[in-house]
Amino acid sequence: MTDVAARPVTTIYRKPRSETGLWSWITSVDHKRIGIMYGYAAFLFFILGGIEALLLRVHLAQANSEFLTAGAYNSLFTMHGTTMIFLFVMPASAAFFNYLLPLQLGARDVAFPRLNALSWWVFVFGAILLYSSFLFGTAFAPITPDGVAGNIPINGGPGALNFLADSPNGGWFGYQPHAGPFYSTGTAMDYWSMGLQILGLSSLISSVNFLVTVFNMRAKGMRLLRMPVFSWMTTVVAFLLLFSLPIIAVALFMATFDRQFGSTFFQASNGGDPVLWQHLFWLFGHPEVYILILPAMGIVSEVIPTFSRKPLFGYSAVVFAGAAIAFLGFGVWAHHMFSSGISPVAQAAFGLATMTIAVPTGIKIFNWLGTMWLGRIRLKTPMLFSIGFVAMFVIGGLSGVTHAVVPSDWQQTDTYYIVAHFHYVLFGGAIFGLFSGLYYWYPKLRGRVMNETLGKIHFWLMLIGMNMTFAPMHWLGLQGMVRRTWKYAEEAGLETWNQIETVGAFIIALSILVFMYNWWRSKTHGEPSGLDPWDARTVEWTIPNPTPEYNFAVPPVVESLDDFWRQKYTEDEEGRAVRRPEADQLVADLEYLGNNPPQPIHLPNPSYFPFLVGLSVTIIGYGIIYHTTAWGKALIGVGVVLAMAAFIGWGIEPLEDEPEDHTPDHLEPAEAH
Amino acid sequence: MRSRLRSLRLAGLVLLALVLSACQLIAPDVEDAPLNSLDPKGPFARQIDSLFWPVFWIAVGIFFLVQLAIIAAAVFFRDRPGRKEAKQIHGNAKLEVIWTVIPALILATIAVPTVRTVFDLTECSPDAMRIEVIAHQWWFEFRYSNIEGIPDGAEIETANSMVIPADEEVCAVLSSEDVIHNFWVPKLNGKRYLIPGQEQVLRLQADEPGTYYAHCAEYCGLSHSLMRAHVVAVAADDFDAWIARQLEPAAVPEEGTPADEGLQVFLNAGCVQCHSVDFADNDRNVPDNIIARETFNGPNLTHFSDQYRTMFAGATLPEAGEDYDTALKRWLADPPSVKPGSYMPDLGLTEAEIDNLIAWLKTLE
Repeated sequence: MTDVAARPVTTIYRKPRSETGLWSWITSVDHKRIGIMYGYAAFLFFILGGIEALLLRVHLAQANSEFLTAGAYNSLFTMHGTTMIFLFVMPASAAFFNYLLPLQLGARDVAFPRLNALSWWVFVFGAILLYSSFLFGTAFAPITPDGVAGNIPINGGPGALNFLADSPNGGWFGYQPHAGPFYSTGTAMDYWSMGLQILGLSSLISSVNFLVTVFNMRAKGMRLLRMPVFSWMTTVVAFLLLFSLPIIAVALFMATFDRQFGSTFFQASNGGDPVLWQHLFWLFGHPEVYILILPAMGIVSEVIPTFSRKPLFGYSAVVFAGAAIAFLGFGVWAHHMFSSGISPVAQAAFGLATMTIAVPTGIKIFNWLGTMWLGRIRLKTPMLFSIGFVAMFVIGGLSGVTHAVVPSDWQQTDTYYIVAHFHYVLFGGAIFGLFSGLYYWYPKLRGRVMNETLGKIHFWLMLIGMNMTFAPMHWLGLQGMVRRTWKYAEEAGLETWNQIETVGAFIIALSILVFMYNWWRSKTHGEPSGLDPWDARTVEWTIPNPTPEYNFAVPPVVESLDDFWRQKYTEDEEGRAVRRPEADQLVADLEYLGNNPPQPIHLPNPSYFPFLVGLSVTIIGYGIIYHTTAWGKALIGVGVVLAMAAFIGWGIEPLEDEPEDHTPDHLEPAEAH
Repeated sequence: MRSRLRSLRLAGLVLLALVLSACQLIAPDVEDAPLNSLDPKGPFARQIDSLFWPVFWIAVGIFFLVQLAIIAAAVFFRDRPGRKEAKQIHGNAKLEVIWTVIPALILATIAVPTVRTVFDLTECSPDAMRIEVIAHQWWFEFRYSNIEGIPDGAEIETANSMVIPADEEVCAVLSSEDVIHNFWVPKLNGKRYLIPGQEQVLRLQADEPGTYYAHCAEYCGLSHSLMRAHVVAVAADDFDAWIARQLEPAAVPEEGTPADEGLQVFLNAGCVQCHSVDFADNDRNVPDNIIARETFNGPNLTHFSDQYRTMFAGATLPEAGEDYDTALKRWLADPPSVKPGSYMPDLGLTEAEIDNLIAWLKTLE
C-alpha cells in the first residue's frame, strides 16, 4: 500500500466534491443512492406503464370500441409491456439489489462502485432513448421488399390519441418480420431495439458487479449458505442476466442490422428465418421471467420468517429450488412457441421440461407455508403483501401448468388466458413482492416505518383490484378473446367481463395513490423505527436507520444464518425462542456504535465518468438510428469521442483519496456481546 | 379456538362462493361465444378439451388446498396476546421429500396423455383433403386444388370463408404472404402459425354442418383484431356442388345494366391492381382472366357473393345486425376508416359508382 501512497495523484479533470444537491447525485457511486435513484426511476415508469394500461382498459371496456385508434392501441400495448418489464420490474429489482446486497453481506459497497454508477446511468439514458420515441419516432405503412409502398399512412382509422401511433408498435416481443424493415417502417421500432440494447447493457454490467460482490465481499464468517435468501436470489438473478442478456443482445443486433443495414437474418422474403428471432427472443425471454420473479421470491423469503418469528423452513431447499428454477428456465423457451409448428418431439420435450419447473416452484410455496405454520404471525403490511404474493403466485403457477399441457396451450396461447397467467405471476407475484420489500425496508431509507393503516388499505385495494382485473381474463381467453386485439366483436360475448376488468384496473390505480401518499407522508410523520423495528433476523438490521453513508461502522462478523436473531434470541428446551436478557443492550450498543465509527472510514470518490459514459452510449444510439443522415453520423462521432475521453478520465482517476493517516481497511470487529 | 375455526370456515366458504359465482357467470356467455375454446365441435378440439378438464380440476383442487392452508396459517398462528413464542423449526427433510415427490407424480400423470395427444394431433392423416390457407395482412385466403372434382391444373381461390365437408378430416396447409399470423378455429382445433417461407399443417374436422368462427391470433399489425374468417362445414353433396360452382367463371353482365356500370368501375378505378376475377369468354373485350399484381393482392372476387361467403373485409363486415349492403357501401367508400391500415385505399368513388359496384359484386355468385 505504501507504493500506492507514494504515487503522485494524477488529475486532468477536476474531481467532483458536492455532497448535496443535484451534482452529488449525478456523481454518486454510493450503492444506496444509486439504489434510491433506480427505485424512483422504476416507480416513475410504473406510473407511466400504468397510465398506458388504464388507457388500454378504458378502450377495451366496450365491444368495437373506437376510443383509441388502432395505431395508438398497438403502441400502447407495446410500450406497456416493454415499460413494465424493462423499465419497471427490472430496475425496481435493481434498486433492491443495489441498496440491500452490500448491507445484507455486511459490506461497505459493491465490488465496483463506479461500474455500478455506470449501470445506472446507462439505464437512465437507455430509458430516455426508448421513451423519446413518443416524441421523435415515426411509423409508416408497410413496404414490400421490392420497395412498393403501401397506400395508407399508419395514422388511419377512427379513434383518439392517434399521435401515440408514432411510437414502437411491434409488441414487447418484436416478432419478425412484422417488426422488421418492411412491415414496421419509420423509426419507432429502431428506438425500441436500440433502447432495449442499451438497457440490456446496463443489466449486463450490474450482473457482473453483483456476482463479484457476492463472491468477494461477504462479511467474515458469512459462508454462501449463511447468506440471506434475498442475497441468494440476487446471485441467481445475476447469473441469469449474465447468460441470457448476450442472447437478446445478439438478436437485437441482428434485428438492427436488418433494419438499418439491409441484412436479412429474419426477413423470410429474402431468405431469412423469422422463427429464428422467436427462438433467440425466448431463449432470453424465458430466463427473463425468472429475472423478474426471483427477486420478489427473495424478498418474500426474508419477510415471512421475520413476521412469523421462525427461521425460514428448509432454507437450503428454498435456495436450491431458486437455483433449479433458474437452471431449468434456460430449457423451456420453446413453450412460448407451441403453435409455431416445431416438431412434435420438441413440443413434447419442452412441455415436459416446463412441467418440471412446477416442482421447485412448489417446493418454495410449501416452504413458505411451512414457515408460517406454527409461527407467531404478525400481520403487518409487509407480511400481508408477502402472503398476497404466495396466494396470487400460486394461481399464476397453476395456470402455468395448464399451458405446459401442450395441446391445451394450442387453444390458450395468444389469448387473454395467457395475459391472465402472466399478470398473476408478474403483478400478483413480482409487484406484491416488491411492495412487501418497500414496506419492510422503508426504515432503512428514512429511519421511520410507513403508516400501517394506509398500508393495509393499499394492500386490500390492490388485492381486490388485481383479482377483478386479471381473474376474468382467464375465462375471456378461453371464450376466445385473442391478445393484442384493438376491437372485439359484440357477438363474441366478451363485453361484461371487460367492463369489470376496467373497474378493477382503476381500483389498482387508487391503491397506488394510497401508497404514494403513505410514502410521502411517512417521511415526516412515520413512527421512528429505531434500529430494529421488526425484530429482524439479518445483518442489515444491525446498523442504524437511516443507513449511515459508510453502512457498517465496523465490518460485522457472522456466525450463523440469521445471525442477528441468534444474537438476540436463544431457545428453551422446547425449542421456543427466548429473548436473551442482554438483547436490548445489544441493540442500543449497535445503535451507538453504528453512529460513531471508532476509526475514520474511507469511501470511494464520487465520479463524473459513469454519467459521461452512459451519456455517450446513448448519443451513439441516436446516431445509429439516424445513421443515414449527416447529423446522425456526427452524433456517432461525438458519442465515440466523449466515450473515449470519459474512459481515459475513468482510467486514471483514483478510486479513493489517499488517506492521510493510513489504517488497515478491515478492522477487528468490536466485541458486541 | 372455536372463533378461529369459524372464521376459517367462513373464509373457505367465501372462496368457494367466489369461484362458483364466477363459474355461474361465465356459463351463459359460454353458450353463445362463437370463439369459445371450451365448446368443441369436432374430434380434434374434443381431444384437447378432454385433456384440459382433468388438468383444470387438479389445478382447482391444489388451488383450494394451498389457499386454505395460507388462510389457516394466518388465522390460527396469528400473534395474539398471551401467545407463546414459536418453536424454532428449521425444516423437515421428510416433508421436503413429500412435497417434491407428490407434485412430480401428479405432473408425470399429466405428462403421459399430453405427449400422446401432441403426437396424435401434429400430423394430418395422409388421405385428408388438403386445403391451402394463406394469410395476408389482414385476411385469410383459401385455395383448393387436387381435390376430387377439380380438374388437374385448375385451382379455386376464395377468401374469408373456408368451405369444408362436414364429418371429414381436412388438412389445412398454412403459409403466409407477409408476416407471421396464427390460424385459430377454437371449436375445431388449437391454433397454428402461418409463417412466411414455411408450411405448417393443422387438422380440422367438424362433426356437423355449421359455421365455425376463426380468428388470427398472432399480432400481425394494425388491423390484427379485424383479421377473422369463417370455416363453413357443409354436407358432402353440398361441398361437391360448391366445388362445381366455384369452377365456373364469372359472367359478364349485360350492357347498360347497373351491374355493367359497376364492372366498368371495377376495371377502371384501380381495383384490378389487387383483385383477380375469372370471366367467362365474352365479346365485350373484358379479359377472361384478370390477375392481380403479385404484391398486396386482395381477395379473388370471382365468387364474392357465393352463398357461403357471407362476410367481407376479413370477415369483419357486416357487423352484427348490420345490413349487408350498408356495410358494403361503408367499406367501399373508405376502407381504411373501417379497417385501419387496409391496403385497399379510399378510391374516392362517388355514391353512384359504389351502388353500381355493389350491383356488379352481387352478380358474382
